[in-house]
Amino acid sequence: MRDNFKYNITWLIIMAAGFYMINTLILVGIVNTFIENMLVTIGINIILATGLNLVIGFAGQFSLGHAGFMAVGAYATAIITSSVSGGSGFYLSLIVGIILSVVIALIVGIPTLRLRGDYLAIATMGAAEIIRIVINNMKITGGAAGIFNIPQFASWPTVYIMVCITTIVLTNFIHSRDGRAVIAVREDEIAAESVGVNVFKWKLAAFVFGAATAAIAGSLHASYLQTIAPSEFGIMESISVLIIVVLGGIGSITGTFVAAIALGVIDTILQNFGALRMVIYALALILIMVFKPSGLLGTKELSIKSIFKKIKSRKEVI
Amino acid sequence: MAGLLKIDNLAKKFGGLTAVSNVSMHLNQNELVALIGPNGAGKTTLFNLLTGVISASSGSIVLDGRNGAVTLNGKKASQIAQMGLARTFQNIRLFKEMTVVENVMVAMTDRFNENFFSSIFRTPAFYKKEQMMKDEALKLLTIFNLEKQAETKAKNLPYGIQRRLEIVRTLATNPQILFLDEPAAGMNPEETADLTRLIIKVQKMFQITILLIEHDMSLVMNVAERIYVLDHGSLLAEGTPAEIQDNDQVIKAYLGEEV
Repeated sequence: MRDNFKYNITWLIIMAAGFYMINTLILVGIVNTFIENMLVTIGINIILATGLNLVIGFAGQFSLGHAGFMAVGAYATAIITSSVSGGSGFYLSLIVGIILSVVIALIVGIPTLRLRGDYLAIATMGAAEIIRIVINNMKITGGAAGIFNIPQFASWPTVYIMVCITTIVLTNFIHSRDGRAVIAVREDEIAAESVGVNVFKWKLAAFVFGAATAAIAGSLHASYLQTIAPSEFGIMESISVLIIVVLGGIGSITGTFVAAIALGVIDTILQNFGALRMVIYALALILIMVFKPSGLLGTKELSIKSIFKKIKSRKEVI
Repeated sequence: MAGLLKIDNLAKKFGGLTAVSNVSMHLNQNELVALIGPNGAGKTTLFNLLTGVISASSGSIVLDGRNGAVTLNGKKASQIAQMGLARTFQNIRLFKEMTVVENVMVAMTDRFNENFFSSIFRTPAFYKKEQMMKDEALKLLTIFNLEKQAETKAKNLPYGIQRRLEIVRTLATNPQILFLDEPAAGMNPEETADLTRLIIKVQKMFQITILLIEHDMSLVMNVAERIYVLDHGSLLAEGTPAEIQDNDQVIKAYLGEEV
């Protein structure tokens, strides 16, 4: 029990230190608005990709509909904060976005999660397209032009805190009875059923959970960038989140962090190269996939617990 | 107490093929029964029917155990497992990327209800529940001498130990009846002898009923109190090991007719 407390406090200190570090760098002027922009994009991508990793990496369900749920969150924030401004409006819209995406994920998930592999990918992709096309044709969402002049509320501290919260919630979920059931479903559905794990229920739980985090990312995206349009939430957005997950390692939250940060930095650096940017970006992806097909970290995780144990055992040796 | 599981006229047709036809059998409390038969006789299909992996075309399965009489037809595999019918598989199905102790803890998912919010916010109640599950899993592993491998990934275990772990995992669901599908497949005589002792130990210690599919006759004749013989999807014979050994029809099914 005391050990657990120690691990949790260590994580808390690391998170606070990260916050303080970014804050200082901004005050000193090393991090300008350009880099701050990059950090926020990385943060939003981390939230998106960790959520998708839960669905793909831990539950083993190949979903390509992540952008659809992101759109739900983004539009909820855009519409609500346009009439209710300030923090209360933003947090209200965040909650509305989560609830809406959970409801839609249930509607989409109940029929489609019975499918396997590629079929599920196509079905979820279709569902995301439906969401996008509905948004494209509604008055309240501003049609194809989208919504602009959304009051900005989410700056980097909000994004940073949301990254911490979603990561804590996700990892705690994964390292619990529920998470074990979800992973068992990925490992072997028939065996999971045979030991009393309701496979469909846990698949759905992971899918809904992933959708909720996508909605949070969408809310932050809308509130930070202040303009959104349906075209941003197409299949390409789903795929770019998928790339982060695959690159970092399917089934590794730490890997997702590494990949999101690496890709964010590469993307920013390559902006100086103009048209060559996408070529170099694609080349980097191909190289990583050739030399490290399981992703940068495979299924490895950074764990304070194992670090503490290593230090302890080393001390005992000495 | 008699008649824990009653199977009545159970049949399964795959299109035109009748895999199991009109099988009626019963299992009594604390009994060790073997199910034998030539390859393709429908033994595994029968197991799949009993554990809800596939649904029967006709007939009924009634469990009269600790929760009173329940018809198992049409129930999902996970529900049937929750009622206390656990099984192992012919080709081992472990959760390969999970550790040994996690494999056992997964099987307790249904019995330990961790509150969603307490696990997300890591309340003391969460740690307590988690410790309870782990302790119980380790206790089971210790009984089967697997406690040293508790933190090993299941895929890294030797074949014989994987088989043993699969049995431990089924026991974690707190079963009333255990279905073992060829537990000795791929084992050498020494390992089979170990397994025989293990099966008897499990049955005595946990007071459960076991139905066993096996081709290894040394194992079957040693442990089984009764034997059912299945051939071409229907029951050929039923009786004690001695009776089955002398049964002409059974010999015919296995060895063919005299010329």
